[in-house]
Amino acid sequence: MVKIKSCLKWLFVGLIILFIYAPIMLLTVYSFNASDTISSWNGFSLDHYEYFFNMDNQPLPIVLQTLALAIVVATLSTLLGTIGAIGIFYSKKRTASALNSINQIPIINAEVVTAISFAFLVVAIGLPKYTYVPLIFGQMVLCTPFVVLSIIPKLKQMDNNLYEAALDLGATPTKALFSVIIPQILPGIIAGFLLAVTLSLDDYVIAEYTKPNTFDTISTHIYSLSKGSQVEVIKSSYWAFTAIIFLIIVIAVIVMNVRTGKKAGKRQ
Amino acid sequence: MTNTKFRPRFSRKLLAIPYGLFLGFFVVVPLLIIVYYAFTDANGKFTFENLVIFFSGSGGDSFFQTARFKTILQSLFISFTSTIVCLLIAYPIAYIIANCKLKNKFGLLLLFIVPMWVNFVLRINALKELLEWIGIYNKPGWNIFNTVLGMVYDFLPFMILPIYTTIIKIDKSYLEAAKDLGATPAKAFVKVTLPLSKAGIMSGISMVFLPSMTNYVVSNYMTFNHTKIIGSFIDECFRNDLWNIGSVTALLLLTLMFLITWATGGFSTESETNTRGTSLW
Repeated sequence: MVKIKSCLKWLFVGLIILFIYAPIMLLTVYSFNASDTISSWNGFSLDHYEYFFNMDNQPLPIVLQTLALAIVVATLSTLLGTIGAIGIFYSKKRTASALNSINQIPIINAEVVTAISFAFLVVAIGLPKYTYVPLIFGQMVLCTPFVVLSIIPKLKQMDNNLYEAALDLGATPTKALFSVIIPQILPGIIAGFLLAVTLSLDDYVIAEYTKPNTFDTISTHIYSLSKGSQVEVIKSSYWAFTAIIFLIIVIAVIVMNVRTGKKAGKRQ
Repeated sequence: MTNTKFRPRFSRKLLAIPYGLFLGFFVVVPLLIIVYYAFTDANGKFTFENLVIFFSGSGGDSFFQTARFKTILQSLFISFTSTIVCLLIAYPIAYIIANCKLKNKFGLLLLFIVPMWVNFVLRINALKELLEWIGIYNKPGWNIFNTVLGMVYDFLPFMILPIYTTIIKIDKSYLEAAKDLGATPAKAFVKVTLPLSKAGIMSGISMVFLPSMTNYVVSNYMTFNHTKIIGSFIDECFRNDLWNIGSVTALLLLTLMFLITWATGGFSTESETNTRGTSLW
């Protein structure tokens, strides 16, 4: 009886894992298809990969510029978010809770509402989209609150006496900030940066509303492809890209797992 | 006391100023612009007409007039169904992982989170290709099903993660106490585990419900633009220069968001579960 129950349990877990991975697996298989469609298998080929890795075709430059944008946005968000988190943490209770609440808005708000309200602002102050300023600030609105949220717990865990001690020993506040506070919250800052990168890479709606017309991110490009029909070659080259991304992530996860496994082993 | 006099004037709380200004200008002001457009007409005059149009579905601009109510009802249906399906899948998964005997529970949890790191449009695209492969993509009668499937596929990790975090924190001694006092496992679950994981359920719901009402990329993608939800309605209003009616809709969504967040206690930063996967890193 217990055995059947446990079998059913793991069967359920297995089915959900299958549901989650089936689409990506299917694309991975068909990324080696000689044909551009998913409906027929025309034999093994690396055509999609060749097309993808050719800089003269659209996909690769778009992937690279999406990555560049994500790094710019994440860097700015991390700087602003780190300063902001420290500031909020040491503010008076009222100011802090007000800022914390506003900080939650972009996190829980529907993305389309954030995007439209931001687009209204861009129109109101007449900021031209081709400057990339709306795009970068728009994505910062999306990312910075998450950076703040990943740093604040680290500030709470921090031993506050160390900062006071540094001041008593003659450090200037700026010096104490950089050599006492920042090192202690560094894991939070790094986590915030990584989160900001993934959020920026993942974003479609904000980018769609704020990007220059000539610029595309991975998300906006693939979405625009779904509307056209003369683009099968480009579409299927993104299958190759999906497979590559997936492979990279799987490797990263295995490495992470081995590392945490080792740590856990040490503790025991 | 005398010591403070010699401290320099720099204070750490001044660091809040740049971010405070950023939030004010890029988060609060845009929301105020939405309120402004929601309560003015095309000429910038104050009016409640947009609200009336939204709820009565008549008058004003002829655009979307008939489609609007269908869109709202359909969107609510999709959103409710997606949230319930997510919950029905996510709770058992989170419970099984949290209570399994494996050493590396986190590794198992990661299996469910990893797809989230693949670009979201790529992921939806993959699901679309799968449906096309099976043969139910863009077929009459399948659109609502496909949309719900897309939402569940996309938002399931947001439901699993907070529930897992609350279940894993439950003190096992409560369950032992329940057992010692004669409760059956089922009763112990209902009386102990379920109430103690309520916070995770609530924050999971708040992270699935609103997005599955507004994420028009999913609905457009999964149904070849055939199924409209509130998000796509707002998007189309904006593209067709119907900013006032679009703003009213956005404002109603905002109100809904505040209500949900307030009800689920999401405004306190103490609830660390309410943060789309921040706890993972």
